[in-house]
Amino acid sequence: MTAKPRRTFRVLVAKPGLDGHDRGAKVVAAALRDAGFEVVYTGLHQTPEMIVNAALQEDVDAVCVSILSGAHMTLFPEILDLMKRKGMNDVLLCGGGIVPPEDAEQLNRLGVGRLFGPGTDTRDIVEYLTETLPVLRPAG
Amino acid sequence: MELVERVLAGDQWAISKAISAVENGGPEGRAIMKAVFPHVGGAVRIGITGPPGVGKSTLCDAITGVLRPAGRRVGIISVDPSSAFTGGALLGDRIRMGRVAEDPEVFMRSMATRGAFGGLSRATQDAADLLDAAGCQTLLIETVGVGQSEIEVARAADCVGVVLSPESGDGIQAMKSGLMEIADLVVINKADRVGADKLEYDIRSAFELGLKSRRETPILLTEAHRSKGVPELVGAIDQFVAACRADGRFEARRRCNMESRLRQIAEFMIHHSLFEVNGASRRVEALAQRVLERRQSSYDAAEELVREALDPNRGANS
Repeated sequence: MTAKPRRTFRVLVAKPGLDGHDRGAKVVAAALRDAGFEVVYTGLHQTPEMIVNAALQEDVDAVCVSILSGAHMTLFPEILDLMKRKGMNDVLLCGGGIVPPEDAEQLNRLGVGRLFGPGTDTRDIVEYLTETLPVLRPAG
Repeated sequence: MELVERVLAGDQWAISKAISAVENGGPEGRAIMKAVFPHVGGAVRIGITGPPGVGKSTLCDAITGVLRPAGRRVGIISVDPSSAFTGGALLGDRIRMGRVAEDPEVFMRSMATRGAFGGLSRATQDAADLLDAAGCQTLLIETVGVGQSEIEVARAADCVGVVLSPESGDGIQAMKSGLMEIADLVVINKADRVGADKLEYDIRSAFELGLKSRRETPILLTEAHRSKGVPELVGAIDQFVAACRADGRFEARRRCNMESRLRQIAEFMIHHSLFEVNGASRRVEALAQRVLERRQSSYDAAEELVREALDPNRGANS
């Protein structure tokens, strides 16, 4: 299952807000680790500021956020906005959780990457990142 | 270089990019390190090491929680292992660093070992130099969870705290060569658990059998998650560093550390030049073929490789 990335990609996996269901985030973190990514896992209860600050200091290629609480329409735009303000224009923001298709579409239009729902095969996530990240940050 | 100017001004984006550049090992990283060197040396480097799960990350967080209100600028580098099979890594030290996460002034970077075996990664000291140049006054360098002999941190720090927990073993463990020998301070974390007093006694007894300098090693009991004993630990670290500065040990150790650092960098350069520059593997292949055909001895072929690798112009652009 390992499509090995060409250089070592670094991704941040984070769970914002009060939602404490981190099984999904852990599954994704483990899958990315096994695909050769360096995964910075922040754990639970992160504010958007904490997530973006960590992403900045860790120089990650992608920020992967797991939201199951229904707060995605607030949290994703907030994180994206903070990332832009810090000049992180070449960093991908994507995520997963319970996000209705129409909300996902709206978030995609704002500049959020793919949002993976329940039942996603982790190989699809690995493939998506392996294809997207080299384009965003070619030199790396 | 504009990036270097921004690093020296303490810009977090620039520091982060600079660390990536040195970590990726290309010419840009080398140029950055050459440019920042006059600004390196002011920060006191505290190594935090010990077996997995004893609370090193939590302790770094708690130490930062004591240093920050005192107005000190703190940088943290935490190393976790890379997979030998996939190269992937789960860098989980931030999970334990709630106080750090809430203080955007503290720069914390997770690094994967990327094939290094001494408890740190190849670029850990470069990253520490960058944070030093960026104005950090205290640097916490947290190793991977170590076994008994990953002691590279002793050559990267001015003061090393070896962290144990009551489950870490008995006095015989404290008598063994390796990890316990590099302890400037011993920290028994999770001291609320059964066996902390016994471990303290065992370590003290083991130290008393050895060199006189060992006997004075401070042993501190902490409960990092609620910061108990941590102000005392910070006090002991400060006291150790001050004593070392006063009697010359500080300078002597820095000299010794720098010698080993230079050897390490030179070794890396030679290794890189031997095996990683463009065409190096084809060259090895060709020479191996010659040896297989009995046209040249393996030692003659290896001498040829070394001669080529030491050519100062080789690999300058790779």
